[in-house]
Amino acid sequence: MLERGANAFRIVGRRVTNGVWRLGYASRFFLLTLTRSALSFRRFRGLTFREIYFAGVLSLIIIIVSGLFVGMVLGLQGYETLQKYGSSEAVGTLVALSLVRELGPVVSALLFASRAGSAMTAEIGLMKATEQISAMEMMAVDPIARVIGPRFWGGVLSMPLLAAIFSAMGVFGGYLITVVVIGVDEGAFWSQMQNAVDFRQDIVNGVIKSVVFGVAVTAIALFEGYDAPPTAEGVSGATTRTVVTSSLAILGLDFVLTAFMFKGI
Amino acid sequence: MDKTILDLWIGIFVTLGIAALFVLALKVGNASTTFNTGATYRIIADFDNIGGLKVRAPVKSAGVVVGRVDDIQFDNRKFVARVTMNVDRRYEFPKDTSVSILTSGLLGEQYIGLEAGGDSAMLKDGDALKLTQSAVVLEKLIGQFLYNKAAEGGAK
Repeated sequence: MLERGANAFRIVGRRVTNGVWRLGYASRFFLLTLTRSALSFRRFRGLTFREIYFAGVLSLIIIIVSGLFVGMVLGLQGYETLQKYGSSEAVGTLVALSLVRELGPVVSALLFASRAGSAMTAEIGLMKATEQISAMEMMAVDPIARVIGPRFWGGVLSMPLLAAIFSAMGVFGGYLITVVVIGVDEGAFWSQMQNAVDFRQDIVNGVIKSVVFGVAVTAIALFEGYDAPPTAEGVSGATTRTVVTSSLAILGLDFVLTAFMFKGI
Repeated sequence: MDKTILDLWIGIFVTLGIAALFVLALKVGNASTTFNTGATYRIIADFDNIGGLKVRAPVKSAGVVVGRVDDIQFDNRKFVARVTMNVDRRYEFPKDTSVSILTSGLLGEQYIGLEAGGDSAMLKDGDALKLTQSAVVLEKLIGQFLYNKAAEGGAK
């Protein structure tokens, strides 16, 4: 009886130590990535461009299409509700504010995590499983500068651009549905939007959000890949964890950032 | 992958992203008016009650936006609200311009309305406006209405 009770405590203790150890490992990994990426910028610049291609350019299609559809749905739903109060022109404000402040950065970061983040984790996990990373260390090539750094900067640079494209496509989608299809007055649509959307408060804050999400998603994806057990199961588990953890991190960070940014509005 | 094709696609991606940012700033947001603040002059007005006026609210004359509210302070000696606004240098107003706090629509946002007077001297940077009219407070209006109704009832 006593033994069983002690065992329960042991399990809790092991979980906590493991969690703290992993957290410490992750932060040391993140710091290493930052300090050694100067080297990867100088010597492996071509690799960074390649990663911008894989993380950013290949995500373009999904970002453009989803942005368009999110904007069109927002336009339809917003129009349905607003016309009951006789203010259907305010639909432009609704679409633009929700996209620029929240949906643009958050939804594009979620898509980015599942499209580019999971690919990064699987790639690095497989490199580890096939001992390519150990081989680099043998040849005195720093794997963090060679493999991790370019992917990190590729992701961080791509994310704000993708979020901006998402928001712009969303506003265009909302315009298509409400102005072109339904027939809301075009001048009122744009002028109400411009009156309500502030450059510093809304657009710059949205960009800051997407930069933070970009750092979070790529750091999580790279760490999970680097930490994955070098087996087929290990890599698949790490890929799942990347998507789950980064989605939770995006939503949690979004709440914290919103609470700080839009306190007084 | 071929180096030139890679460069081409990255170029397209980055251009698209920056273009999207510019569209957001200029077409969706108000950056086109925000960055136009280089050539403005400040005028000051004291109000008994500013209602729900906020910093960055528009200053309009004849319905056209001519400036923005820059700062709102409480004057602790005269117990009034001191509103500082930046007005575009292209627009000049006479010294006896009257200023009032208005509401766009029935329940819309509040803005400042300027109505030009007949003075030949024009406002300069840092001038204070004398003729001010406070925001309409709905509760006071309703209270006044009820009071008048009660007075009517008593007279009968």
